[in-house]
Amino acid sequence: MREFRYEKATDPAGAVALLAGEPEGAYLGGGTNLVDLMRLGVATPDVLVDVRQLTSTEVEDLPDGGLRIGAAVPNADLAGERRVRERYPLLAQALLAGASGQLRNRATTGGNLLQRTRCTYFTDTTMPCNKREPGSGCGAVNGYHRNLAVLGATNEGADSSHTCIATHPSDMAVALRALDASVRVLGADGERSIPIAELHRLPGDDPSRDTTLAHGELITAIDVPALPWATRSRYRKVRDRASYAFALVSVAAAMDLQGDVVADVRIALGGVAHVPWRATVAEDLLRGGPATEAAFVAAAEAELAAADPLSDNAFKIPMATNMVTRTLVQLAEARA
Amino acid sequence: MDNQITLRVDGADTPLTVDTRTSLLDAMRERLGATSAKKGCDHGQCGACTVLLDGRRVNSCLVLAVTAEGQEVTTSDGLATGGTPHALHDAFVDHDAYQCGYCTPGQIASAAGVLAEAARGWPSAVTEDLVADATDLTDAEIRERMSGNLCRCAAYANIVPAVAEVAVEQGVRA
Repeated sequence: MREFRYEKATDPAGAVALLAGEPEGAYLGGGTNLVDLMRLGVATPDVLVDVRQLTSTEVEDLPDGGLRIGAAVPNADLAGERRVRERYPLLAQALLAGASGQLRNRATTGGNLLQRTRCTYFTDTTMPCNKREPGSGCGAVNGYHRNLAVLGATNEGADSSHTCIATHPSDMAVALRALDASVRVLGADGERSIPIAELHRLPGDDPSRDTTLAHGELITAIDVPALPWATRSRYRKVRDRASYAFALVSVAAAMDLQGDVVADVRIALGGVAHVPWRATVAEDLLRGGPATEAAFVAAAEAELAAADPLSDNAFKIPMATNMVTRTLVQLAEARA
Repeated sequence: MDNQITLRVDGADTPLTVDTRTSLLDAMRERLGATSAKKGCDHGQCGACTVLLDGRRVNSCLVLAVTAEGQEVTTSDGLATGGTPHALHDAFVDHDAYQCGYCTPGQIASAAGVLAEAARGWPSAVTEDLVADATDLTDAEIRERMSGNLCRCAAYANIVPAVAEVAVEQGVRA
């Protein structure tokens, strides 16, 4: 592990000021991903600015009925928070589907959004990886990729500096994407709020960048807007073992059911793309239509029509289609 | 780079100088001689290093020692009081909930965390009613909540009833 200086600030602005002068520095939250990446030699900061006790550990009510989640709220506490369990079941379920009890106790809400892909080529410094070492190529497209992306990836061949088929590993972020959360960020120029849709980015021509955050910007809170019909919501996850594994495919969905009609719906997918994938094609087809299994299948198939799988991850297309369908059927049958 | 810190492990304060790269796990084992928590994977995947940090179970391999200053670290050893084993220690012995024993201190520290989380009414991924006031640590709940602790001897079939017995004693299992 590279040597680093350990710094603490007295407030978030102080932390931002500290990191602004450290181009190779990083913030330390719970450290459950960063410390591991440092040990692997994937992350090599020369300064760590500890922010775990700087940002809020509170969940506050917003005037519109939504919630403001402090960036330092541990994943476990957020999942246990009664207002989250009552208002946003899909968010509580997504958090509980992620990691282990030990990791959820330590990992923070802000850090969860910024965790890096678990693509094995990214975490192995002996392998080519455009995300870890821009321009080195992608080992995964012709290698082990059954767990990697089928939507929104860049594949110009193993040698291209653009190619990246990594997936975003977070469960929580998938639920927050369905809920249209926004991320409050403090930078050298002050505070701004970013819709979560604009936080994570597709690999495009620069796979090294996971998010649109500038160096030194600090997540201070996540705002979840009110969505009264999110009481009819759930998060489902399929993985290689029953617990404590990353998603092959996951679905976060909420439904506003009026009689037999889907008045409104939110669907986001995990495990299929470089970002938490909002299924807007499916949502548009479903909105105002009948809440029938046939309609759900058609919408899911339309969403996955854009998928571009590789030899070993094409199974994710029927898996995602079936999971979207099954989740929507369950929501339509559920008591609100 | 070195930092001066004081670690509080199982009730004992020890000042020491650590390289900032040192994990809490390595500081305990290599510097303090507190070898209860074990090093398995060193990546937060196996749970052998589980300790309670201010009462919450965490993987001590992923905690930098410099960040643990001012916090109370409790290992499985520290759960015993005055030479008297904790109820979980007795239950693991009674149920033969181990074979080689390497993962056991992590299993026990984790189980102590599970019981505390259940007492707070926290749900898990297998909880049917997310808004229930109380938690009932069924076998399925114990398996899910303990999934961050691997046992390569596969003593799981005995670990579950060991944890269940203490859960009944503590009123978090029907």
